[in-house]
Amino acid sequence: MDPLNAFLIVSAGLFSVGVFGVLTRRNAVAILMSIELMLNAANLNLIAFARFGDPTVLAGQVFAIFVLTVAAAEAAVGLAIVLCVYRNIRHINVDDLHILKW
Amino acid sequence: MQITPRDIWNISPHLVVAALGLIILLIDAIWPRISKRQLANLALLGLIGAGALQARFWPRGQVTPVLGGMIVPDGYTAFFNLVLLVGAGISLLLSTDYLEWDGSAHGEYHALVLFTAFGGMVMAAAGHLIVVFLGLEILSISLYILAGYQRERRESQEAALKYFLLGAFASAFFLYGMALVYGYAGSLDLHAIARAAGAGQGAAANQLLLTGIGLLLVGFGFKVAVVPFHIWTPDVYEGAPTSATAFMSVVAKAAGFAAFVRVFALAFPGADLRHQVGAVVASIAMLTMVVGNTAAVLQTNIKRLLAYSSIAHAGYILVGVVAVLRNPAAPAEGVSAVLFYTLAYTFMNLGAFAVVLALRRRGEELLNIEEYAGLGFRYPWLGALMALFMLSLAGMPPTAGFFAKLYLIRAALSPLVGMWWLVITLALTSVVSFYYYIRVVTVMYMRPAVEGEQAPQASAGPHLGTGLALAALGTILLGLIPAGILQAAQQIAEGLVELGGMALR
Repeated sequence: MDPLNAFLIVSAGLFSVGVFGVLTRRNAVAILMSIELMLNAANLNLIAFARFGDPTVLAGQVFAIFVLTVAAAEAAVGLAIVLCVYRNIRHINVDDLHILKW
Repeated sequence: MQITPRDIWNISPHLVVAALGLIILLIDAIWPRISKRQLANLALLGLIGAGALQARFWPRGQVTPVLGGMIVPDGYTAFFNLVLLVGAGISLLLSTDYLEWDGSAHGEYHALVLFTAFGGMVMAAAGHLIVVFLGLEILSISLYILAGYQRERRESQEAALKYFLLGAFASAFFLYGMALVYGYAGSLDLHAIARAAGAGQGAAANQLLLTGIGLLLVGFGFKVAVVPFHIWTPDVYEGAPTSATAFMSVVAKAAGFAAFVRVFALAFPGADLRHQVGAVVASIAMLTMVVGNTAAVLQTNIKRLLAYSSIAHAGYILVGVVAVLRNPAAPAEGVSAVLFYTLAYTFMNLGAFAVVLALRRRGEELLNIEEYAGLGFRYPWLGALMALFMLSLAGMPPTAGFFAKLYLIRAALSPLVGMWWLVITLALTSVVSFYYYIRVVTVMYMRPAVEGEQAPQASAGPHLGTGLALAALGTILLGLIPAGILQAAQQIAEGLVELGGMALR
């Protein structure tokens, strides 16, 4: 099998696991973790394409580093929001957030 | 890559806004007693400075990308930068009174507004997908915080969590789409992608590219709130602090469409490909107009009504995007219609929120539309202004909203686009929109006012008053003398299209 395809299949699998997690988990932190899986699936894609494409172009690898940085910032803000929600409502179950009609 | 003074000069409006945000955070940390009104004034001064810098440095003639092709300082960037600066400035004017009344006036608010505007400006200027992503995340992360800004209010917290989880989910799709487009084109530069997609004969049938474009559509669609990626909008708009809602409704939309139109107008040039993508965007546009307008009819809360109305307006703007994609002879017409609409929407929507921000009743915000009864006579100025903004949002001549819609329809009616049903949907759903916009006005004028202790009150300080006046001025002037702005928009759109054509050669 073409090595690039192997990477793409793994990445697609990882992405699907992430989507499944977001749609089925009820805990906000678990949803955040599933989103991280999806971001890393995209990273894997970027790096695989960069590695098996033109080896002199590093855009894929560089982008992956940017994504890691942004994901860290996003997680910091996300966890802060989760903490604030917990302080106000005493749980972080997204199914039971219904002051605003969903 | 060398960074030259020319590069720095070209991104100076961006730098001013970002630096000012940091300075405000610092001042607030070093000197916590400082009046927040002063901080707001400082932020406003900086926004005016950035706007003056951008206007002084309006690009003429041929534009070359700077910073290694990452940033394109063309007229398109300049236009959206000014729209974003105006949006952020008026929003700041509207927020000071509200935040003081609410007791949540902190320095972060102003810094976050500036960071959001900076993210939007980066998105508008992006010539490279990495920059689009970075701009989008700077914008989004700041907005998540603004949505949850009232830490003690449960609604605000709930809105922030919902916005954050769905926003991050959509970002992941967006990123995956970028990775697939990168896999197809071997580059993230918009012009390089255009060369790859334009040279490959099978671009319109390439699964990798099509999936990538589809996922990019999901990402942009979420940010500008189109059906079926709109579920978050009413909840977040209702839960977030009203001043933050006003801000995010215009700035996120302008920035989202700025990047959306640039990426889709430049990066995917093949006629077949554009035809296909255009058809998908057209169906999303139709769905968005129908769902947004019908759901708005059912709302009783003014913030939710404006949320659904903003979804409907995103649908109208998408009609312009369809005209860009499906009219290979004159894509500039669609681009200029989108530019004009974004500016008009900024003024009229901020105006509507300004009226909502001015009204209170015994320490509570006045959000139920029924409670607006009789306010048109009690506060003639506010009533008249609300009527103006509502009519403009509905698209009544001679206001900004009318001409904005007219130009969209003109761009979409070209026989090359071949989407007459889309234009008919736009017209019919606009008629539906009259129902709910006019309802607000009729409640204000046709119902008896509540007297006594329960009577609603209006208060507009100098800041809010100025914001309200600016929004009204913009709405009226764009309606009375639209020609100047439209001409500028057309020139900018032609420049953008030329730039795309040049890259292909």
